[in-house]
Amino acid sequence: MSFFSRYRILLPVISLAVLLAATFYMQPRAMSYFGLNLLFNLAVPIALATIAQMMILMVNDIDLSIGAFVSLVACVTATFLNDAPLLGLLILAALILAYAAMGAVIDALELPAIVVTLGMSFVWGGLALFILPSPGGAAPGWLRTLMTVKPPLMPMAVVASILIAFVTHMLIIRSGFGTVLRGVGGNARAISRAGLSVTRLKAWAYGLAGFFGVLAGMALVGLTTAADANIALRYTLLSIAGVILGGGEFTGGKVSPTGAVIGALTLTLAASFLSFLRLSPDWQIGSQGAILILVLTARLIFSRKGDAA
Amino acid sequence: MSEHESVPIVTLTDAAKHFGPVRALDGVSLSVRPGDCLGLVGHNGAGKSTLVYLVNGGFAPSAGEISFSGADDAAGAGVRSVFQELSLCPNLTVAENLRISNRALTGAGWRRNARAIITESLDEIFPGHGIDPDTEVDMLPIAERQMVEIAIGFAPRGTEARLVILDEPTSSLDAGIAEQLLTHIKSYCAAGGAVIFISHMLGEVFQVASRIIVLKDGRIVAERATEDFTRQGLVEAMGHVAAEGSAGTDLAERQTGEIVIRTEQGLTARKGEIVGLSGLAGHGQAEALAKLYLSQSSNWRAGHEPKSVFVAGDRPRDGILPLWSILNNMSISFLRQIESWGFVDRAAERAKAEEWKKRIGIRTEDITNPVLSLSGGNQQKVLFARALASTAPVVIMDDPMRGVDVGTKQDVYAMIRDEAAHGRTFMWYSTETEEVCQCDRVFVFRNGEISAELVPPNITEERILEASFHMQEAS
Amino acid sequence: MSTQSASRTPLAVLISRPWIWSWAAAALAFAATLGLTSGRGAGELAYAALSFGAFAAIVGMGQMLVITLGPGNIDLSVPATMTLAATLALRTMGTEPGTALYGLVIALAVGFCVGIANFALIFLLRLPPIIATLAASLIYQSIAIWSNRGLRIKPPEGLAEFATGRFLGVPNVAWVALVLAILVWVLLERLTWGRWLLATGQNQRAARLAGVPVEAVRAVTYVSVAIFAALAGYLLASFSGGAALNMGTEYLLMSIAVVVIGGCSVAGGDSNVPGVWGAALFMFLVVSMLNSYGTGAGVRNVLTGTIIICIVIAASTRRARQ
Repeated sequence: MSFFSRYRILLPVISLAVLLAATFYMQPRAMSYFGLNLLFNLAVPIALATIAQMMILMVNDIDLSIGAFVSLVACVTATFLNDAPLLGLLILAALILAYAAMGAVIDALELPAIVVTLGMSFVWGGLALFILPSPGGAAPGWLRTLMTVKPPLMPMAVVASILIAFVTHMLIIRSGFGTVLRGVGGNARAISRAGLSVTRLKAWAYGLAGFFGVLAGMALVGLTTAADANIALRYTLLSIAGVILGGGEFTGGKVSPTGAVIGALTLTLAASFLSFLRLSPDWQIGSQGAILILVLTARLIFSRKGDAA
Repeated sequence: MSEHESVPIVTLTDAAKHFGPVRALDGVSLSVRPGDCLGLVGHNGAGKSTLVYLVNGGFAPSAGEISFSGADDAAGAGVRSVFQELSLCPNLTVAENLRISNRALTGAGWRRNARAIITESLDEIFPGHGIDPDTEVDMLPIAERQMVEIAIGFAPRGTEARLVILDEPTSSLDAGIAEQLLTHIKSYCAAGGAVIFISHMLGEVFQVASRIIVLKDGRIVAERATEDFTRQGLVEAMGHVAAEGSAGTDLAERQTGEIVIRTEQGLTARKGEIVGLSGLAGHGQAEALAKLYLSQSSNWRAGHEPKSVFVAGDRPRDGILPLWSILNNMSISFLRQIESWGFVDRAAERAKAEEWKKRIGIRTEDITNPVLSLSGGNQQKVLFARALASTAPVVIMDDPMRGVDVGTKQDVYAMIRDEAAHGRTFMWYSTETEEVCQCDRVFVFRNGEISAELVPPNITEERILEASFHMQEAS
Repeated sequence: MSTQSASRTPLAVLISRPWIWSWAAAALAFAATLGLTSGRGAGELAYAALSFGAFAAIVGMGQMLVITLGPGNIDLSVPATMTLAATLALRTMGTEPGTALYGLVIALAVGFCVGIANFALIFLLRLPPIIATLAASLIYQSIAIWSNRGLRIKPPEGLAEFATGRFLGVPNVAWVALVLAILVWVLLERLTWGRWLLATGQNQRAARLAGVPVEAVRAVTYVSVAIFAALAGYLLASFSGGAALNMGTEYLLMSIAVVVIGGCSVAGGDSNVPGVWGAALFMFLVVSMLNSYGTGAGVRNVLTGTIIICIVIAASTRRARQ
């Protein structure tokens, strides 16, 4: 049993700390309230989307539609929620239910999640285009205020990240319900043998993913003040990368909400760091891929050592 | 032992369970009362697991009746089972695993309660166990996982446990820990609990059981108080009536050639020999054969002359390619031998498959029919044809006679003998002792290791049973 | 389950072919589009469908081979590979005439390297293919951005003429895709290698125990899909007058969608070359049908997604009934 495989959260924490230290070294001015706010500004919606993806990976599936879904939510928020709040809320609630239904159908008919979510990404994307054919809309005032609030001591993005990590940790790791949900990923047979319905639990996991996807879209609009149908397409990849960077596994229900939030922060920071490095922006995307591969390699080495020990 | 002693926890009246034509359990009557510790023994396929699934409510009986006292179902009556295969969630901690089966654990302090309950249960059964309830299960060694599973079986989970079924609970425990478990079982039963105890360690069965039930071919063939059994008598009760025929002696006279297989584990085989693997199911025979086959073939290249071929017994998992026709399923092993420039010679493929269809008697009008249109026995014949049609000198067979009817078996035995006479080597694992008795040499497995190597005239059912069951005292 | 009856009508045999559905759907979309113009423009529509369908068919056949490998096998680096191969090939050719073959070699070499890299990540790091190809595609994308530098280099004139030209009234790119389709069909139906691929996809463990060299099969398949994507990128850039960084984007979903609609089993082991072609035509025709009826891009996407999901559900219930 190696040290790292016992404390899986260490690797993401160290990665973030190293990256943060390097950023401060390159750009000492970033070490301030204002600087941190700038660095992590866009982290909140990414962290929420990462949590959403984590809910799906937790039950051994993968969601290729979360980016399109967050875009759709952003479009709904910037139009309906702004113009007719009640209707907007109803639509968002319906979207969460649709996500839960998707989970139930995937489990009940034993469909491949990869293909179903891929198909749903067309549907979400199409609806988004339908609602908002060209970029526009406006963020509801209260949302704008919420996302730009300046709490004392720490910038909004950091406070929000800590809050998200805390709430999801309590929900998924500490609560009995979250424990059962993780059990679905670990050994679904044991769950059904204990008399619980795996289909219902998967619907819950997907529903939670939908809920956090909705929060991600709203947070995004709060920051950008307007939306367009493609605003968050890259979140699909980012969210998967964030969960993995945060120490989550693809299968077996091994996820860490705190790790996922840290992973999302690391990815956000990596982009800023590379611009400080004066590395050509050409390499920004590639470096995210490289970081992902490096972390996975590191984890493989540690787990091999763990096996050998 | 008090007033409720006379009320059985569970009663089976003429309970039977059929799977299609297979009578897994054929009319069993049985009752388990508080304070009982029932030892359940029997050879492979005797119906032990089917009986367990009837008692714990996993199966409904095909005929007969099951009743539980004071409840409608097994769970309500406090029936628990601890299985040989682990049913814990490896990603959760020990305490969290208790939450899965115990829905009464709710509220803010559930974690503390779970920790207390599981620790108490572990302390009671395995004093000095040293297991931290906050460790994730996949961090625990296999023995400790088994201990956790047993502890969860006995722990209160909203309801109290009244009957705990333990299926090979000591298979991965060392002697000291196993002794702790046996002591606990005795005190648990003395306090009015009931246990059904299944083990291949006969010493353990004699030590804890108040009553022993011997199952054979889906029926109870003996049920007596433990002190009325001798070890030898128990083994004899499990066995069949001595098999007729003289196949064994015929084979013993045969000449065999040089050694062609030798594994680290100690398996050896000579050219032209039929080597049997025996022992209770799940004691490492299938793994040994799969490992042998994988070491003789490659992930990266397949030559024109394979060293060995494999006949799977677990057809859906290891053998059948379900989307394909009979023809394609059969020919996959010899494509390399009939190809030219990488192209399949389809005429030769068809001719060879037709020839084997006739030789082995696959019942189908057309070999281009889907393989799943065949019955299980005929699917198995396709797998035999796949192996025998190849030129490989070694044939590895992993319990290939499951679900095969008697007539087919006789055909296949004859074919195997014929092929062996022509210099092919067979490694043959079978759960049916009669089959193994026809081999030239037999390796008996116990706990993943070879416990005996038998040669004629010692290849008898009795010898095999002796080597399969652990005969010494458990202590 | 009973033995299938030996005597069936030709029509029943035809309907039992999984590829017929995608062709029927394509024909339906074709007819519906022409219904609006009362038959005018049929030739143009068919020509356009063949041109654009060819690219989807090429990447779709590559993706089909990977999906045939069984559950979990998929290549998400298709768009990045297309872009990278196209960018590097066009840059090497630098609009010089007579360099078309040279560019083709570069593009195919890119595909080969990408395939090897993808499989190395999958095999050596034991990553699920979806993550390995995803992470690697980010890197390929960066290399493409870096080498492109925002310039749009035109293909050599001869190559551009070939890519947009026709032969016997059929677009040249469709001929290329057709030849490839025949090659893939021969590979799958006639070669030992194809049998190995199909066996691996049905049940990898059973295939291995039947003597199939499964890792070699997987390696070759991952290299093939990358080469197919590279070729499609090269042709698409030549066809559309240069490589653009987002040229591959729509082909990720497209490549998977045509495999699913084409009647291949998502669970692996069952591929269907004609079906992929039919689905590629259908995907284009549905768009032009909806366009001609004046629906927006939104409705179009919703319908596409719904179709994919309905087909997956239909396929799964058909499997369950069997």
